[in-house]
Amino acid sequence: MASLDAPRIVSSRRDFADSFTLTRYLETGGYVALRKALTMFPEAVAAEVDVASLLGRGGAGFPAGRKWSMLRRAPISYLVVNGDESEPATFKDHYLVERDPHQLVEGVIIAAYALQVNQAFIFLRGEFALGLERVQQALNEAYAHGALGAKIFGSDFSLDIVVHPGAGAYICGEETSLLEALEGKRGFPRIKPPFFPAVTGLYGEPTVVNNVETMSNLPWIVNNGGAAFAALGAGRSTGTRLFALAGDVKNPGVYELEMVKNTFRDLIFDPALGGGLAEGRRLKAFVPGGVSAPWFGPDQLDTPLGQDEVGGLGSMLGSGSVVVLDDASCVVRAAWRITKFFSRESCGQCTPCREGSGWIERIMYRLEHGGGRMEDLDLVLDLCDNIAPGLSWPPQQTTICVLGPSIPSSVHSALTMFRDDFVAHVNHGGCPHD
Amino acid sequence: MSHFRADIRQRCEELVALYPRKRSAMLPLLHLAQENDGYLSEEGIAEVAALTGTTPADVRGTAAFYDMFHLEPVGKYVVGVCTNIACLLAGGEEMLEHAAATLGCAPGSTSADGLFTLEESECLADCNIAPCVQVNHRYVRTTTPEAFDQLVDDLREGRLDHDVPSHGTLIRVKRQGGLRVSAEDIAAERSVAIAARSARAEAAAAAAAAQGST
Amino acid sequence: MTDEARTTVSITVDGRSVEARPGELLIEAAERAGSYIPRFCYHPRMEPVGVCRMCLCEVDGPRGPSLQPACYLKVADGMKVTTDSEKVKKAQDGVLEFLLANHPLDCPVCDKGGECPLQDQTLAHGSGETRFVEEKRHHVKPISIGELVLLDRERCIQCARCTRFASEVAGEAQIAFSGRGDLIEVAPSPTQPFDSVFSGNTVQICPVGALTAKPYRFSARPWDLEQVESTCTTCAVGCRVAVQSSGNRLTRVLGVDSEPVNHGWLCDKGRFTLDSIDGNPDSHDLTSAATRVTQPMVRENGRLVPVAWGTALAEAARLLHEAGEGDAIGAIGGAALTNEGAFAWERFVRGALGSENLDAQYGDGLDPVLLQTLPLATIDQACAAPVVVTLTGDLREELPVLFLRLRESFAHRHHTLIELASGPSALRPLATHALALRPGEAPVIARALVSGHLPVGTLVHDDELAGARAAIGDGSGVVVVVGRANLAEDQRLVDEAVRTLAEGLPQAKFLVALRRANVRGALDMGLSPRLRPGRGFDATVDGRDTAAQLAAMVAGTQRATILLGGCLLGNVVDTELASAALAASKVIAVTGHGGATLAHADVVLPAAVSYERTGTVTNLEGRVTALAPKISAPGSAWSDVAIAAELALAWGQDLGLGSVELAAQAIEETTGYAALSVLQDQAFEGVVVGLDATPIARHAMDPMAFPGIRSTRTAGLGDSTGATVQLDVEGVAATAAAQRSDVSVTSLDVPPADAYALRVVLVHRLYDRGIAMQGSPALAGLVEETTLGVHPSDLDRLGVASGDVLTVRASGGDFTAPVVTDESIVRGTCVAAVATQRDGVDLVAKILDPSSPVSQVRLETR
Ligand SMILES: Cc1cc2nc3c(=O)[nH]c(=O)nc-3n(C[C@H](O)[C@H](O)[C@H](O)COP(=O)(O)O)c2cc1C
Ligand code: SF4
Ligand code: FES
Repeated sequence: MASLDAPRIVSSRRDFADSFTLTRYLETGGYVALRKALTMFPEAVAAEVDVASLLGRGGAGFPAGRKWSMLRRAPISYLVVNGDESEPATFKDHYLVERDPHQLVEGVIIAAYALQVNQAFIFLRGEFALGLERVQQALNEAYAHGALGAKIFGSDFSLDIVVHPGAGAYICGEETSLLEALEGKRGFPRIKPPFFPAVTGLYGEPTVVNNVETMSNLPWIVNNGGAAFAALGAGRSTGTRLFALAGDVKNPGVYELEMVKNTFRDLIFDPALGGGLAEGRRLKAFVPGGVSAPWFGPDQLDTPLGQDEVGGLGSMLGSGSVVVLDDASCVVRAAWRITKFFSRESCGQCTPCREGSGWIERIMYRLEHGGGRMEDLDLVLDLCDNIAPGLSWPPQQTTICVLGPSIPSSVHSALTMFRDDFVAHVNHGGCPHD
Repeated sequence: MSHFRADIRQRCEELVALYPRKRSAMLPLLHLAQENDGYLSEEGIAEVAALTGTTPADVRGTAAFYDMFHLEPVGKYVVGVCTNIACLLAGGEEMLEHAAATLGCAPGSTSADGLFTLEESECLADCNIAPCVQVNHRYVRTTTPEAFDQLVDDLREGRLDHDVPSHGTLIRVKRQGGLRVSAEDIAAERSVAIAARSARAEAAAAAAAAQGST
Repeated sequence: MTDEARTTVSITVDGRSVEARPGELLIEAAERAGSYIPRFCYHPRMEPVGVCRMCLCEVDGPRGPSLQPACYLKVADGMKVTTDSEKVKKAQDGVLEFLLANHPLDCPVCDKGGECPLQDQTLAHGSGETRFVEEKRHHVKPISIGELVLLDRERCIQCARCTRFASEVAGEAQIAFSGRGDLIEVAPSPTQPFDSVFSGNTVQICPVGALTAKPYRFSARPWDLEQVESTCTTCAVGCRVAVQSSGNRLTRVLGVDSEPVNHGWLCDKGRFTLDSIDGNPDSHDLTSAATRVTQPMVRENGRLVPVAWGTALAEAARLLHEAGEGDAIGAIGGAALTNEGAFAWERFVRGALGSENLDAQYGDGLDPVLLQTLPLATIDQACAAPVVVTLTGDLREELPVLFLRLRESFAHRHHTLIELASGPSALRPLATHALALRPGEAPVIARALVSGHLPVGTLVHDDELAGARAAIGDGSGVVVVVGRANLAEDQRLVDEAVRTLAEGLPQAKFLVALRRANVRGALDMGLSPRLRPGRGFDATVDGRDTAAQLAAMVAGTQRATILLGGCLLGNVVDTELASAALAASKVIAVTGHGGATLAHADVVLPAAVSYERTGTVTNLEGRVTALAPKISAPGSAWSDVAIAAELALAWGQDLGLGSVELAAQAIEETTGYAALSVLQDQAFEGVVVGLDATPIARHAMDPMAFPGIRSTRTAGLGDSTGATVQLDVEGVAATAAAQRSDVSVTSLDVPPADAYALRVVLVHRLYDRGIAMQGSPALAGLVEETTLGVHPSDLDRLGVASGDVLTVRASGGDFTAPVVTDESIVRGTCVAAVATQRDGVDLVAKILDPSSPVSQVRLETR
């Protein structure tokens, strides 16, 4: 049974229809944390986040406290919030920006205060037209309320926040690509090193980039203390997390769950959560953390929802998106469609990613739609290996960013877990499910 | 002479002023240029180039990186149907086929009456209501063929004009007022904060050292 | 100790240890260690981007070895690198296979075939068979992206070399990546073609056949080409080039990476006007620049008729004798000659004929004695200078590659640029301080800059001046670039400004930005009144400069005139005066090309030009380099040295300069000026007169960075011995400084500015009406119709818009011309280009006011 008694940290207002208004936000404890933070030393605020062991919720799972303290050496110039959320089947930030924009804004102000940054940007994917409206509205209200702008709540701290719209490019979720887009350029990820924008970020200055959900946790952490947050979950995975459940389940949706205390089985099958699969269907495989992650099969259902727990099994919790495939769904088709996504979304800089994704997509298309050859199976694996040598996770890279080595994940998983299905496709001259 | 409508030109200038560097306003300006013309016209591109201190080739090349910018005219309604993994599993491809039949245009093209442009979308982050459909980047949440046909009807009859404004993702994203904190104030506050922080760090280090020696 | 503080770090490449500079790129350090790492996007003259991923190699790190791009990674002490493991090989082979997947493999019909880095890599490492059975990407085959460049997108490997060149080096992003993923392509704006004057560089550095040059397309196969290294003589920068020919026909000019000069870049005029050297074989119209002069000619019954050399020389000698004593004879021109040619003609005209009337500047230069006395800077020194002051025309139009070199130091190294701005300038956006000066104000502003005293009435603000003065300090480390920004302004005004700067900033060095190819060399050889070969001069004698000669010709006191190279009418500003002068004097024209001037010539002596000659030239910084001939001159053309020597014999004196080598030897023996040593030694990077004469050898060039150039080591140039005779430059400069005060300074009366009139700024354009452009079928069409440039606020006063045709009231009469606005133009001025013509009428003659040191016009709506 799922353990559901942990407090809701970021989705506490989910039952209010007007959860996005300032009135509702103030009625439900909004901007109290900010007032409290402003009475503390900035370092003390940052220390609470460190104690909370808040892992970044954008995919890489890097501890926010560590990221912020790396910057102590040089003062940070900019704070940038990553709301590009375009990883397929990930829709938790969508929920947060549309339904609880003030919580995000308050989190950003707290983070900016802790970092002593006076200029922040919230980058939202352009397709979130409503989210952009809601966040801008929340900012307008926050300015009017005195929570933002010059001398916040009468303190000596001032902050401007600008909402920056994306324009339809998955790669802009990669933090250095996002910074390029914020500089008004093509979203080409920057080559590493430097490995963190904290060293050279926006306009070449030290910059912190954090995810929307990461930021949305901050009001709670300030109100309740980092230790209370760290008391939830286990190991490195503390607090709660939003999981976006999609695919072949009865109740797809966004669920806030305490980390580690629940398993994939709980998420997918608990009646209060995913509610299981359609009548008569059996689980075939699932994606544990966004389509960049290698797949899991039924054997891994009891894995706890924790960063190291999933990482230890050669995949990742990533963006918190879980996609379920039942036995009526075609894994070749699913893997082809994911490859097609990466091929369309490759920024095009790196040869292996640009050319490899298109090539693999075309082979996968033939396998699914007819024209597949038996030798394609090894060919496709070898091409995958040329993009991410060794085909392990976390991957070895031949490319600038991790999109490249994400391409092989689904193809490699599908082909190694369900080689027979591929063989059947070749023998059948296309998809036997059609 | 501005090619943009006076109100759009004004919003452009306000946006440019919001950023530390002009070029940063590129994406929002392109959204506004699209709001002005329905797509990115050469005149719009030239004006954005002038506003951001870049060249038309640079602006065009930048715009072409992003799916939401149209370098050719599109219909009044841009209909996006997602076929990515979650929607695929929920019948996204069938929905796309149905949409093409209803609108009478293949994905990537515009209906004969010039009203609709159909696009095959990547994941739109609304996967619990799959297959996901957006019109002008507003979620319309129609998951069945019947609901889709109703939607098209409503759009044609103008019944959704409020929910689905025409071109311009930022049409209702309006910042009230321009810059709130002047650059000078920020610089002054920043240097004070940095000095205070290093003073505290030194004091803490000194205290730690004192404690260590006793 | 941090890496940055050390002078070297030590790394291990494939087991061999190598010392490297901290911050050096691994790809370069490894190459020195003998491990050449394959590459495509990397170019040594641009910032690395690490996108093609061809240069992956294994680098040991804390978490074991990982694949890293060697072109991007900087060396660190103790770094261990493997470039030849199985893993590296698989990664590199994988990248190559990916690059070829969608490549059209149309090598047999590709210009690049035979010199293509992608082809070479594939032959060396490719698997030989393709596993790619899918449909390839298709694009419309070559599309024109500019007047000179075609793009075949199917062949493009997205290395971003061309787009980086455009934005990073040339500073104009006229081409940029468009699209995303595998649909990415290079594209110009449909409304603004790729019309940069540097467009040809993108063709040269493209590592595949995606970008091709229209003039060269399909004209040759690389294996049929022979090449030599030489110097471009299109302007005074003196870019080093590889000149290629097929048989006796020039096919292509490529930029060689000369460290102190051009870094591999060329401008399109230098690169593409080689067709003007061949000339149009079907053209016999002697007044056309497209016609090569191939035979000696004399005027008989009003017509020029071909004759034997002996006849022509005898006739020329007769005309000279007939003219009378030395002062009745003069020579104009010489900047197009080699140093040896210039020396031979100086010896003939001054030494034999006894005339002081010689001038290699056509009235658009500076006081030659002043030039010889300035403490000179090299291009490198100007680029390294923390502060540069410019008092010149638009360098992109006058000396394009000098513009590129300087631009880099302002754009990427943030050096301070103080522009004394009179006309439009491509460097303006990078200027730290732009002090606006109207025609006539140069001496005033220069004085203000060194003294701090700013008279009322200028456009410069006190705080602007103070900012510039603070940046200059006492002038140490400052390089001043001086040239002629405005040809409608009396030269003496500029001379005075330069002199003021030189005296007020004794620590500063000067780079003289005069544009004509070998004008520096011609002056160094004494082709100017008061100058003497070897940078010497005698301020006590005087002769006629170009303007004085033209006046004397009209007046009948100069009865015979020798024109040395180039077309006089195409070079002087005041063509009406020049035509009258030519009509009044006997004219002996030594030239390789036809031109309007030949309508007045009495004897025409055909000369070899550009890549047909041997000899040395001196660039604007004083660097002497060798010209190597690639083809032989057409018909019976001779070298300039031979013509001078034979004419002297016919006239009655043996100069003892029987060959170019003898002339070079005479120069070096009598003056110490490096000529023979450069010619014989062919030191790759030349010798700067006045600096340590030990030649610097060229580093080997990577054919991947400079495809098309096979090897400059085999370009006919041997190794350097480093032996040169030193010219006593310091001695000359000391004499010069002592004599500088003797040079009379004329303070001219500049009339006060008239609120209703605009002062004229007359500028040079790169695409002008000179022989190279007019004689080049490839480029002649790029010369723009005349417009007048005005600051928008000046037009607003008149209530007219850009593009309107206005009536111009000038001192020489009224005319009409379209005006365009340009924010970079100084208020109260009006910019026109020399050789400004409209409907065949020379407008410059109307604009120029010979009675005033500055000219002005009034604009009126029609
Ligand atoms: C291809 C790619 C796409 C990504 N997309 C997103 C995204 O949509 N949202 C996000 O927050 N992080 C995304 N990331 C992760 C970011 O690079 C970065 O790690 C994150 O924004 C940091 O925030 P956090 O530390 O709060 O998680 C992406 C990374 C890659 C490589
Ligand atoms: S791996 Fe792909 S998406 Fe990432 S930088 Fe390279 S080409 Fe772009
Ligand atoms: S990535 Fe190094 S040469 Fe291209």
